Amino acid sequence: MNPRSRFLDATALTLGFAFLYLPIVILIVYSFNASQLVTVWGGFSTRWYGAVWQNRQLLDAAWITVKVAAVSAAFATIVGTLAALALTRYLRFRGRTLFSGLVYAPIVMPEVITGLSLLLLFVSVGIDRGFWTVTVAHATFTCGFVAVVVQSRLITFDRSLEEAAADLGATPWQVFFRITLPIIAPAVIAGFLLAFTLSLDDLVIASFTTGPGSTTLPMRIYSQVRLGVTPEINAICTLMIAAVTVLVIGASLATKRGLPAT
Amino acid sequence: MSERQARRTIILVPYLWLAVFFLVPFAIVAKMSLSQVATAIPPYVPVFGLDDGPAGWLAKARELSLDNYGVIASDRLYIDAFLTSIRIAATGTLILLVIGYPMAHAMARAPENWRPLLVMAVILPFWTSFLIRVYAWIGILKPEGLLNELLLGLGLIGAPLQIANTETAVLIGVVYSYLPFMVLPLYASLERMDRTLLEAAADLGCPPWKAFWRITVPLSLPGIVAGCFLCFIPITGEVVIPDLLGGSDTLMIGKTLWTEFFSNRDWPVASAVAVLLLVLLVGPIVLYQRQQARQLEAAR
Repeated sequence: MNPRSRFLDATALTLGFAFLYLPIVILIVYSFNASQLVTVWGGFSTRWYGAVWQNRQLLDAAWITVKVAAVSAAFATIVGTLAALALTRYLRFRGRTLFSGLVYAPIVMPEVITGLSLLLLFVSVGIDRGFWTVTVAHATFTCGFVAVVVQSRLITFDRSLEEAAADLGATPWQVFFRITLPIIAPAVIAGFLLAFTLSLDDLVIASFTTGPGSTTLPMRIYSQVRLGVTPEINAICTLMIAAVTVLVIGASLATKRGLPAT
Repeated sequence: MSERQARRTIILVPYLWLAVFFLVPFAIVAKMSLSQVATAIPPYVPVFGLDDGPAGWLAKARELSLDNYGVIASDRLYIDAFLTSIRIAATGTLILLVIGYPMAHAMARAPENWRPLLVMAVILPFWTSFLIRVYAWIGILKPEGLLNELLLGLGLIGAPLQIANTETAVLIGVVYSYLPFMVLPLYASLERMDRTLLEAAADLGCPPWKAFWRITVPLSLPGIVAGCFLCFIPITGEVVIPDLLGGSDTLMIGKTLWTEFFSNRDWPVASAVAVLLLVLLVGPIVLYQRQQARQLEAAR
């Protein structure tokens, strides 16, 4: 590679990553601002973190959000992994085209459409909106992501291992839990984490499908953000960024593979 | 459990889940878009009940009408919102491609042991909340915000620029939020590329920029297509970015639907908007799916 193109590459990466990270860094820095005014630096302080800690509404919302994320990610992982298996293992079955459409469409579908349609389903069946409706809605829009992640791993899967186990007398059940699942485990875990963060992050679908008493953290933050920028929100955001960063780094150490691209 | 039963479970569980929670709801949205708004709970008529019987259903089906679509077609507001959404999504996707391609290209050419780290660095912001990332830009772009302070301090401008609450701010937010969705598919296709092709071109006397346009770009086309769809489709229905960064002047269709539903409580019109948005996007969505399926087949 000649020096000129190396220079161009370095420039593209530097500018690109600066663009991606600067706003987040600024947000974190200003969460430690003593001043009430967001854009005036009034010295270092952790008072806003204290204010967050006092805010019961926010803490309740955070707890609900984590519960929804954990349960919906578990459902999404099961449904998504099965969908990935169906799409890679069974190349011919009735309605396969529709099926693959149903798996991939939620990934790109605008959230307003998914949210509205699920809400109307819950209303017309007469289910009260609350924890379970948000959880089911989140599992539905995240399972496609899990399917894509698991599928990319299943494609390189050596099926002779399963055949060997079956020849030696293992039942399909045993083959799945003792051969298939351990091999695809890193992708399944990555899929779970992806579903978990997508659920934590979601505002639009949650706003449609939640009910009284199940307000999630993004909904709380959104209603505060619309009233204006405050250092307290910067503090909450910083805490969330810290939590997600720890989670992602921990997960990539645990799977020792890094998390695959979506 | 036999092989047959296993097969049935593996296919049926996700199939039923997605049919009940993704396919059936669209039928309900379609029906709702033909209903009328009413001050009742739920806020629309007619409501089909199980105990109405066939005669009751037929009578209620007669109440369904295309009125809501007429309302939308005759109101400039909705048409403008659709056009603005398409314009912002198309412009945003183009800017994303122009910014994302050099990044992905540089990542694919970086030393091999650096690449996982670079991919991680692109994904990491995606794992932090979307809402937070959009929010961060409010503080930067507003009149007394950091960008204006910086430009004023440097003496580049005489008065603060009005960027917040304009279409420019929406575009900045869109590009910022969707950058990983553009870079990752591009990187995946560029990284797979056979580099000896470029060497062969160079040996035959082809200048690097020509080799780039005639070899690199055509070979990365699947990544370009995937990246563009992955950005264009969701941006068209975007709600949060235009609401927080666009102010009242930038009407996008996702936000219009949101307002109809939450502020005006007009579920039927909101549903009609959803149906039209879906009709608009069904082409791109099908193309995206084909692309996705083909890429997974190719990796086999």
